[in-house]
Amino acid sequence: MLLRHTPEKITERNAVTINPAKTCQPIGAMYAALGIHGCLPHSHGSQGCCSYHRSTLTRHFKDPIMAGTSSFTEGSSVFGGQANLLAALANMFTIYDPDMVAVHTTCLSETIGDDVNQIVRKAFDDGRIPEGKKVIFCNTPSYIGSHVTGFSNMVMGIVKGLAGTEGEAVDQINIIPGWVEPSDMREIKRIAADMGIRAVVFPDTSDVVDTPQTGEFKMYPDGGTTVAAMATIGSSRKTLALGTWASEAGARQLDIKCKVPFETLDLPIGLSATDRFIEALSAAAGMPVPEAFVAERGRLVDVIADMSQYLYGKKVALFGDPDQLIPLTEFLLDLNMLPQHIVSGTPGKTFERRIREITEGRVPNLNVKNGPQADMFLLHQWIKNDPVDLLIGNTYGKYIARDEDIPFVRFGFPILDRVGHSYFPTIGYTGGIRLLEKILGVIMDKQDRDAPEPSFELVM
Amino acid sequence: MNAGSGIGILDKRKAQVHDGSGAFAMACEKASVAGAVSQRACSFCGSRVVLYPIADALHLVHGPIGCAAYTWDIRGALSSGPSLHRLSFSTDMQEKDVVYGGEKKLYQAVTELVAQYKPNGVFVYATCIVGVIGDDIKAVCKRAQSALGIPVIPVDSEGFKGSKKAGYHAACDSLMNHLVGTGNSDDIGPHTINILGDFNLAGEIWMIEEYYRRMGIETVCRITGDGRIDDVRRMHGAALNLVQCSGSVTRLAEALKEKYGIPYMRVSYFGIEDMSKALYDVAAFFDDDPEIMRRAQAIVAGEVSRIMPELRRLRADLEGKRAAIYTGGAFKVFSLVRSLRTIGMRAVVAGSQTGTREDYEQLHDLCEEDAVLLDDTNPTELAKFILEKDVDLFIGGVKERPLAYKLGVAFCDHNHERKIALAGFEGLVNFAREVHASVTSPVWKLVPRRQRPALPPSAVPLPLSAACSPAMCGGCKSACGKGAA
Repeated sequence: MLLRHTPEKITERNAVTINPAKTCQPIGAMYAALGIHGCLPHSHGSQGCCSYHRSTLTRHFKDPIMAGTSSFTEGSSVFGGQANLLAALANMFTIYDPDMVAVHTTCLSETIGDDVNQIVRKAFDDGRIPEGKKVIFCNTPSYIGSHVTGFSNMVMGIVKGLAGTEGEAVDQINIIPGWVEPSDMREIKRIAADMGIRAVVFPDTSDVVDTPQTGEFKMYPDGGTTVAAMATIGSSRKTLALGTWASEAGARQLDIKCKVPFETLDLPIGLSATDRFIEALSAAAGMPVPEAFVAERGRLVDVIADMSQYLYGKKVALFGDPDQLIPLTEFLLDLNMLPQHIVSGTPGKTFERRIREITEGRVPNLNVKNGPQADMFLLHQWIKNDPVDLLIGNTYGKYIARDEDIPFVRFGFPILDRVGHSYFPTIGYTGGIRLLEKILGVIMDKQDRDAPEPSFELVM
Repeated sequence: MNAGSGIGILDKRKAQVHDGSGAFAMACEKASVAGAVSQRACSFCGSRVVLYPIADALHLVHGPIGCAAYTWDIRGALSSGPSLHRLSFSTDMQEKDVVYGGEKKLYQAVTELVAQYKPNGVFVYATCIVGVIGDDIKAVCKRAQSALGIPVIPVDSEGFKGSKKAGYHAACDSLMNHLVGTGNSDDIGPHTINILGDFNLAGEIWMIEEYYRRMGIETVCRITGDGRIDDVRRMHGAALNLVQCSGSVTRLAEALKEKYGIPYMRVSYFGIEDMSKALYDVAAFFDDDPEIMRRAQAIVAGEVSRIMPELRRLRADLEGKRAAIYTGGAFKVFSLVRSLRTIGMRAVVAGSQTGTREDYEQLHDLCEEDAVLLDDTNPTELAKFILEKDVDLFIGGVKERPLAYKLGVAFCDHNHERKIALAGFEGLVNFAREVHASVTSPVWKLVPRRQRPALPPSAVPLPLSAACSPAMCGGCKSACGKGAA
């Protein structure tokens, strides 16, 4: 009972976060930057930041994660980090030979007031950046937003630094997939390709953080959106931004820079959100929805129908990032389940409103909160007061799941204790079946475990 | 200063790499080169890992959320009682706290948490940003301590202050300045020790403590595995300090020596030689009772004869295999080199994040002449030397594991993510089993690189269908385990 100290009684807190349901901006920026081919992320701050982000991403993906650090010292935090960043850029291009470096800041470099824009310009002016190489950057102060904000900021940085136009319109669309797994990005590309649509998906971490074993260490794996592809996104017909929190700002940036209209959609998690994604994709590209997709959808509906008796009325607690939680809540309602307690450490005023719109009063005593103090401690208290049948979220949910004996589906970031997320998507209709399979698996395992012998059944 | 020949090493780093040829002279204890993909962390990380296992204390991180999130329950420092240390507490500083200062918020956080969790003490960790905006953590802690009546201890762990080592020092200072000597040590006997620098991963400190207990020696305080606030307060009453993981706790041992006259000795609990020495040295220290030495000898004799048959069995498959080692502190590398030797393996690449000049000299003497030595290395260098030296096993931490696997090399985690006890006599068997499991895994036969002769690179690749045969093993040093070396 690791969480035995969590009291049922909920008291107002405003100074302390206990067991957070978020982390800080820079790790999101690092993950987004890995989705550009040949890009070396760079953390402008103390060594520890970079080490923590690399370790966490390594634990989640079980792949080597490369990034540089400005290695701040006491001196740099007094006199500014310009010298460190200039030296770092020169060193990285000399030794690691990336196509580009993507710099993100930290709370330290932000607070001392380093102007990354100016420093990068100086690096170019001083001839420290080799011919043809690029440096992109974004600001990621850790005391604002969350890891999702950092991802979004780097997507903006990518657009600012790499978006170009071909001169004339190109018959393609852009898709910003948001903070999802490499498997999901691969699935988005598969869906677009199967619909006969030319799409630039960025950032794209497939074949970067889920690389095959080859006996070689590749500092820059084969995947990632190429600079050449990024140079055309300004001429695309439209941008689909998947997820308000992670993707919309980048899409808007592209609209401002290159006048590419955009549409923000929910991440295609579950049935209804995937319907909207497929329709939007079809409309944006002017392509019909192939029969194969109707069948894919039908298979998901079929599984829901087959198993509906095990889903009906089950209460669910879920936590994670807003872009995931919104369509997941909708999916749970489609499954006839009750999303009862919903927590995200990521701030944003529209979150609670969207959740309440989606649930439409269908969930009595719904609890939803995001931002500071919306943490795992609060979620646990809610669960103690109103127990649930299922918990969905990242690995940090395992303490609550164990203490309260709740079936637990790992979903989101980070997943530190299981594999599969890199390889099997949870987006799209097929991803919906996987999610459903996982949900049913844990619920029915518990039913089997707890069934008295006479009612322990072979066929379920 | 002789690593200039190969590609993939920054000019500025060449002095920190000894490639196994030429005269030995190595630079170390330097700040990382800016831009290097260093495997190092920061001072905050150093302080956090040292103090983290004190299980009845509340560990509050004052800063933006990341520093608390990334250090939430990241290592298996087991506790026999309370487990407050496994929760994550943060002031989760927002923009307004950065602008207006976070002292009020910190005070409120400490007050709320103490009321809620009733800990025996609170550690408040400074993060980078706190150092920059100038929050007076010391003053806040002092005020909270007098209001709450329990120790509230500031830790000067701002990340920019240096590498993990600077953080180790800050952690030691916080213990020394705020806890040590504040408890009653009157009832502590003459044959007593403090165990410093063991973090009770997988219950290791319990094994060590048990050996000493069987010798008739009582442990007063554990720094910090299964640690308790009250034990730290009275640790000044022990007769001897044992220092493992020298980088992290030597400063505390030095301070205890200076202030209370307690001598300390460096020990290691990894491997037969070092573990036995750790028992014998302690027995020799307490020479007023010859029984202690007799018991130590009996323990060593009993344990060694108990584990030898299994070690011999495992060694048969491991004889002649080659290993690379990269750890945080350097002292552990010595033990690992010796342990590998016990199971028939050779360390051909060895290095650490924070080794000193003496450490590397000692390491150079311990390893074979052509071994590569690395200080504060990075993935590019590691990959280069793993391939060049054709190693069969990599011993390292979380960031090294996937690198090894991508290269098709077996791996053993000897860092804080290990799940089985590697200390003590039983630990050596566990270590040998883990190495054996990884090195002899059939998966390495499926790796493309292993399906052709590894050295020299100019050799003609074998077709993929050429299965590993005993005849081939000698040449390719394959991990299949069939061939004799």
